[in-house]
Amino acid sequence: MYPAKFDYTRAGSIQEAIQLLQQHGDDAKLLAGGHSLLPMMKLRLARPAMLIDIGRIPDLKNIRTDGDVLVIGALATHTQVAASDDVRRLAPALADAAAKVGDQQVRNRGTVGGNLAHGDPASDLPPVMTALNAELTLVGPNGSRTLKAEDFFIDLFTTALEPDEILTEIRVPAAPHSAYAKLENPASGYAMVGAAVNLTMDGNTISDARVVIGGAVPKPTRASAAESALRSNALNDDTINNASTLAADGIGDWMGDIHASEDYRKEMAKVYTGRALRDIKVAS
Amino acid sequence: MAQAERILGSSIKRREDPRFITGHGQYTDDIQLPGMVYGVFVRSPYAHAKIKNIDTSKAIAVPGVVAVYTGKDMESDGVQPIPTGWLLPGIKLPNRYPLAFGEVNHVGEAVAIVLAEDPYTATDAAELVEVEYERLPAVVSAEQAYNSRTQVHDDIPGNIVFDWDIGDKEKTDAVFANAPKISKLHLTNNRLIPNAIEPRSAIGRYERYTDEATLWVTSQNPHIERLILSAFVLGIPEHKLRVIAPDIGGGFGSKIFIYPDEAAVLWASKKSGLPVKWTATRSESYKTDSHGRDHSTEVELALDDSGKILGLRIKTLANLGAYLTLFGPVTPTYLHGTVVSGVYDIPAIYCNVIGVCTNTICVDAYRGAGRPEATYLVERIIDHAANDLNMDPVEFRRKNFIAPDKFPFQTQVAVIYDSGDYDKALKRALEMLDYEGFQREQVEARQQGRYLGIGFSTYIEMCGLAPSEVVGALGAQAGLWESGIVRVHPSGKVTILTGSQQQGQGHETTFAQIVADGLGVPIEDIDVVHGDTGRIPYGWGTYGSRSAAVGGSAIARSVQKLQDKIKKIAAHLLEASPEDIVYEDGKAYVRGAPNSFKTFGEIALQAYLAHNIPDDLEPGLEETTFYDPSNFTFPFGTHIAIVEVHPDTGKIEVKRYVAVDDFGNVINPMIVDGQVHGGIAQGIGQALYENAVYDENGQLLSGTMMDYAVPKATYVPNYEVDRTVTPAPHNPLGVKGAGEAGTIASPPAIVNAVIDALKPLGVQQLDMPLTAEKVWKAIHQTQPAQGTNGH
Repeated sequence: MYPAKFDYTRAGSIQEAIQLLQQHGDDAKLLAGGHSLLPMMKLRLARPAMLIDIGRIPDLKNIRTDGDVLVIGALATHTQVAASDDVRRLAPALADAAAKVGDQQVRNRGTVGGNLAHGDPASDLPPVMTALNAELTLVGPNGSRTLKAEDFFIDLFTTALEPDEILTEIRVPAAPHSAYAKLENPASGYAMVGAAVNLTMDGNTISDARVVIGGAVPKPTRASAAESALRSNALNDDTINNASTLAADGIGDWMGDIHASEDYRKEMAKVYTGRALRDIKVAS
Repeated sequence: MAQAERILGSSIKRREDPRFITGHGQYTDDIQLPGMVYGVFVRSPYAHAKIKNIDTSKAIAVPGVVAVYTGKDMESDGVQPIPTGWLLPGIKLPNRYPLAFGEVNHVGEAVAIVLAEDPYTATDAAELVEVEYERLPAVVSAEQAYNSRTQVHDDIPGNIVFDWDIGDKEKTDAVFANAPKISKLHLTNNRLIPNAIEPRSAIGRYERYTDEATLWVTSQNPHIERLILSAFVLGIPEHKLRVIAPDIGGGFGSKIFIYPDEAAVLWASKKSGLPVKWTATRSESYKTDSHGRDHSTEVELALDDSGKILGLRIKTLANLGAYLTLFGPVTPTYLHGTVVSGVYDIPAIYCNVIGVCTNTICVDAYRGAGRPEATYLVERIIDHAANDLNMDPVEFRRKNFIAPDKFPFQTQVAVIYDSGDYDKALKRALEMLDYEGFQREQVEARQQGRYLGIGFSTYIEMCGLAPSEVVGALGAQAGLWESGIVRVHPSGKVTILTGSQQQGQGHETTFAQIVADGLGVPIEDIDVVHGDTGRIPYGWGTYGSRSAAVGGSAIARSVQKLQDKIKKIAAHLLEASPEDIVYEDGKAYVRGAPNSFKTFGEIALQAYLAHNIPDDLEPGLEETTFYDPSNFTFPFGTHIAIVEVHPDTGKIEVKRYVAVDDFGNVINPMIVDGQVHGGIAQGIGQALYENAVYDENGQLLSGTMMDYAVPKATYVPNYEVDRTVTPAPHNPLGVKGAGEAGTIASPPAIVNAVIDALKPLGVQQLDMPLTAEKVWKAIHQTQPAQGTNGH
């Protein structure tokens, strides 16, 4: 497990990191928690010539609220997210998912921004951020732009992040009726299927619903049929059963491997959507 | 004065643990030698290919690279292939060279070694070695090897390396021809990857001016390593080679074998004149450590109408991988076929094992080695037959147990069980479990649509590998006795030198307990030395749960000899006859006169001063034993698993696990409990999670820990463990061996429980590992999917 040769530099600010990215071009990779990048480097699947460590840039580690919006710095660790009262209150799906990433050591080092920027289809946070309709702030040489999570994830390990851009912040609109459930790979702990749900409630009636499947598909994918089946209905067993049965409808590109076939994952998308929906607590 | 608790049989804490748990173990990779260089291997990316050419010029040009050697370099130096340690009649032996030069036969086979000043440079340079391969079709599974015309080795037709059998074919066939009932199963025993926490590692150091070589290596048996590397492979005189196995972080069998990389490292040191270190990466371990199991078996049980077993017939295809390693041939044959009678009185048995080679890494002994495979097929067919007969699996077992008054019991497959009381362990396990309570619970659960199941495994195993004469007659190219020196120093401190080799078993504790008990010496005054051919007597190492029964017995014998000598010296000093001397708690006195005594320390000093010892006694206080037992040992027991299968996902929850084992006498109950716990976890791993998967080209798909599921702490239940004690009749300690029982017993207990849980659905057989998907499919083949039903 010896990575190929690389240089290392530490950026003191976002601007400096962007300059370094521009200077080193395709040879450079940003290093935050390192828990996706370093294993790939050790297997020599990734061979960046320059690592730009953004891990100590001030303020990117914070989790705060802006009114009803949760603002998560890209360098916040999974442990921070899982332990945050604000996250638990405003976006329980995110707290659930962060608590289920990897193991304790991974959660202590791994960052939310790094996780999202890696674009791993088996990762827990991408479907959750998509279900929560999160907005990602990307800063580049020409300033910053924002993208909805849904537009950020493009394909397997491919995101909308430009080579000279840095993901700095994730803004999550309040989603108190959200949950995440996953079927984990018994070896890696990654999601073979992850189901993230986010309901907007009007009393006991679901006024809007976002249901997103991860793990089993190349990028977080909305289960539109299930969403429709939830909208305008009361949150009860019938609605949940009905919607979860539809959770795989209209989704085309299921992935399979030695751990679980496409068919099984498709069926489990239904089961875990049901589980996530049952986990949603609505104050009566 | 209250009687102090006897140290033999007490759960004292492991003396080696403080250094291990504080990170102060000294493993091979921790050793640094002046001027040492690092070896990295160039390994085949193909499962089967001819090596057309190797160009090392770019690699050698990298700054920091010291040398690059290929298989041809070794061949021209006269290096010989690595031999197997066990021969069977008609066996075909493919040549396995430390570095391949003509052909590669599995992904990961080494073709060159790069030496450089640091491992990074060596890894970079290894990528620059250009190997031109001509790819050949690969043979991957045992069935494919047996049925296909594609050959792994040109000189092994049909890929069959041996066709072995045991038992009476004619008699068994006749029984089956007339049997009222026959139960039948096809079983796969899944291929496993060992996963010792410490990867294999080796350091070779050759000293040109003394012609002495030292190999530090992750070995379970340093003397075998020395014998094979010196006398067979490298031609270094045996007395010029010292093999040191320092602390070893787990082996499970995988560190028994003599690996090509270890030979290459030592040879490269001689060739380069520099000390060379190599440590496997985890990916390298997955590709190059010998794997375990990989059997495909047809098993049939002939029964009469009352449920009495009449006969057992087995046909197994064993995948041995690309080459035959040290115990490769014996694992699926004598370590497997001789235990297929289980704990049952079976009048006719025939077991045929065909060993085939494939383009996969070698398969050899892995915790249990043959006995888990045998126990799995026996305990599965027993449950299956009970189901066929509509009999309770407990009742069916009891009906067929070997009765306690039948010992010694000659099985139909060569071995003689010396002792056993199988119902005793079963009874205790049922009590602990509350079988009747469970049966009520199961009925209720089934009414609620829940799938609760119970699985039994009333196993026997054969361990304490030895006696030498017997294993020699069966084809072993080794003796399997063990050595034990107990050396008392003039100051009364004691060193034990043992041929056993710990990889985590706790020998530094248990062996010291034997001596502390026998000599009445505080355990703090006793040290255990193992793992260094320069310090210990010749020994055969640790595997097959043999260390307590064979290695411990050697030490116990030496203690007895010391007691005799102590008594002689004490008798001389006390002017009495040795027969009248009592030696206890470190004091020798004349029977009836305990107040006038000589202490152990006084006697030890006198033994070395020799100023006043009997004329016919040699000075010194040290005894050596080479102990060769008269039989194997036969631990047995009952393991019971209770599982719940969740039908919506197919996930299996192990709710309870009860284990009652009979290991004979126990030296340290805590350590034995730990062995049982770890063994069960490993067996649960095989039953539910672990699977080495190759694709059709012989690429290992489960090639990292991201894809090979070793059970985590949350995947295993709390263990409810107890023991019955039937001492082994033939060794001085009455011990049997406990290292493998958990791994042997647990897979069928788990699988039987899952099959029982799914009984209402008519599921009769599922192959390990019982992944959630496999179970889910079995459920939903018989019942429409109900994707949205609750947990």
